[in-house]
Amino acid sequence: MSAAMTQQNAPKADVILSARGLTKRFAGFVAVNDVDLDVQRGSIHALIGPNGAGKTTCFNLLTKFLQPSAGTITLNGRDITRMPSADIARLGLVRSFQISAVFPKLSVLENVRIALQRRRGDSFDFWRSQKVLHELYAEAMERVDEVGLSSFTHETAGELSYGRKRALEIATTLALEPEMLLLDEPMAGMAQEDVARISALIRKIAANRTILMVEHNLSVVADLSDRITVLARGQVLAEGPYEAVSKDPRVIDAYIGAGHE
Amino acid sequence: MTTQSETGYRSEAAALPIGTPRHHMVIFAVLFGLLLVAPSVLYPVFLMKVLCFALFASALNLLLGFGGLLSFGHAAFFGSSSYVAAYAAKAWGFNPEFAILLGVLAAAVLGLGIGALAIRRQGIYFAMVTLAFAQMVFFFALQAPFTGGEDGIQAVPRGRLFGLIDLSSDLTLYFVVLAIVFGALLLIYRIIHSPFGQVLKAIRDNEPRSVSLGYKVNRYKLAVFVMSAALAGLAGATKAIVFQLASLTDVYWTMSGEVVLMTLLGGMGTVFGPLIGAAVIVTMQNYFAGFGAWVTVLQGAIFVVSVLLFREGIVGVLAKWLKKPL
Ligand SMILES: Nc1ncnc2c1ncn2[C@@H]1O[C@H](COP(=O)(O)OP(=O)(O)O)[C@@H](O)[C@H]1O
Ligand SMILES: [Mg+2]
Repeated sequence: MSAAMTQQNAPKADVILSARGLTKRFAGFVAVNDVDLDVQRGSIHALIGPNGAGKTTCFNLLTKFLQPSAGTITLNGRDITRMPSADIARLGLVRSFQISAVFPKLSVLENVRIALQRRRGDSFDFWRSQKVLHELYAEAMERVDEVGLSSFTHETAGELSYGRKRALEIATTLALEPEMLLLDEPMAGMAQEDVARISALIRKIAANRTILMVEHNLSVVADLSDRITVLARGQVLAEGPYEAVSKDPRVIDAYIGAGHE
Repeated sequence: MTTQSETGYRSEAAALPIGTPRHHMVIFAVLFGLLLVAPSVLYPVFLMKVLCFALFASALNLLLGFGGLLSFGHAAFFGSSSYVAAYAAKAWGFNPEFAILLGVLAAAVLGLGIGALAIRRQGIYFAMVTLAFAQMVFFFALQAPFTGGEDGIQAVPRGRLFGLIDLSSDLTLYFVVLAIVFGALLLIYRIIHSPFGQVLKAIRDNEPRSVSLGYKVNRYKLAVFVMSAALAGLAGATKAIVFQLASLTDVYWTMSGEVVLMTLLGGMGTVFGPLIGAAVIVTMQNYFAGFGAWVTVLQGAIFVVSVLLFREGIVGVLAKWLKKPL
């Protein structure tokens, strides 16, 4: 709780995303319970906790893929509690999904390009040839390159290996150049060398962005994050830098209690 | 810097396979050439029927194959447009082009209404909502005082195109229908290869992901629903002028089922599949007409076999063999 206190005393201007009393009830069951969360601008903030703790549900609430039962969410001081998901994305808060979310029938390049296409605003111009999108190719290629997929540019996304799909998903998210990213287990199921590459990429993009990520790989979390919030049974158990949080007996308990290390 | 320009170069090359494939235009051209000479071998009325259904199936395919939305009520648009066009031509003496235009407009408005309600539902519920509304349209066509009840609207005059060209000759009408259908097919082709089409395919592939990228998916879904309804309407209105008839068959649920069958048989999500599917089904209906109810059984059998043997449809399978999108 003391960690939460210092958070609240921190100057407001530095908080990009903030939630107060965030709660989600599913039929007779509280998945997220009265969660307060403040993410500092420019930081890498990790959300960890045992399976079923409510991390993904939190992400769904913050990006309005689910409507909160109670609580408020503000982004850059603006109340977004009632805002539709697409509008939140347009404000620069973009999420990835725990279950890999690519466009399976589109090529790798087209996947990234669909994100770049957002810059044109809405694309209701059905009468125009898609040749007008060619101007986005060079940049799409760079994004594809950045995550090490340049030799798969024209592969159908659905046929990529799991790890490569995750990499493509990150490339697509990055193509929007969001002010803040929510990454839900970005490294799950990745081979070791991919983990290293994506870690480095996340660190690189965090230079001028804010990242909130759920990750089970604790060495990645320790390595990358400035601040950690531990969730268990829908509630905030602890918050602080990795060294402090990892020594917290309640955290250790929660992890062992849930059959984790 | 060298690597930079290299990347630039490669992305230029990369652009090629993603633009509209050149072989599509070749196929369209060959098809058009064949259809120009086809009336010397086949009956124009039969050909016009194939063309109308090819357009109808392509309209459904725009929604199903590229928007990922399965409508089980497309007869509502096909049929209502066919009634409106028939009525306008017969009762008000509209020129065929205005009668058809009015039919298309009616289908689009109906599409806007039904679409706005249906897109709030997903998957099978979407299909059920469209079916339910189509049934309402059917009962309206059955009961309304101006639709001719069981008889439909018969003896619709074909009239004069632009008040000039007499369409009573099947052959003349054939070339007009060919122009209408081909124009519409090229429009559909453009839609699926436009920036709008790209978003559509993304929504089809993964709706939540599209939302998370900032796309307001419901607007795209509604837009494609209205386009599909209007194009189905174009097919229905044209058919009404060709056969000089609007009837309950056009709005009945079996018509909705038939067009889904044509699309799946030919290959949904392909450009040319619906044309092949329509040609196969219409040919069957025409040449096996003497078998009566057995045609339906045969259609059912074909459907089962095609689902079991080639899920991707005739053209879908062909595209896989040739490793080219068709
Ligand atoms: N749509 C839903 N309806 C009912 N229960 C849900 C729903 N989504 C998640 N839950 C439940 O909420 C709890 C938290 O899930 P989740 O947020 O996915 O956990 P985590 O991501 O931390 O593993 C789980 O018990 C899960 O079964
Ligand atoms: Mg989760």
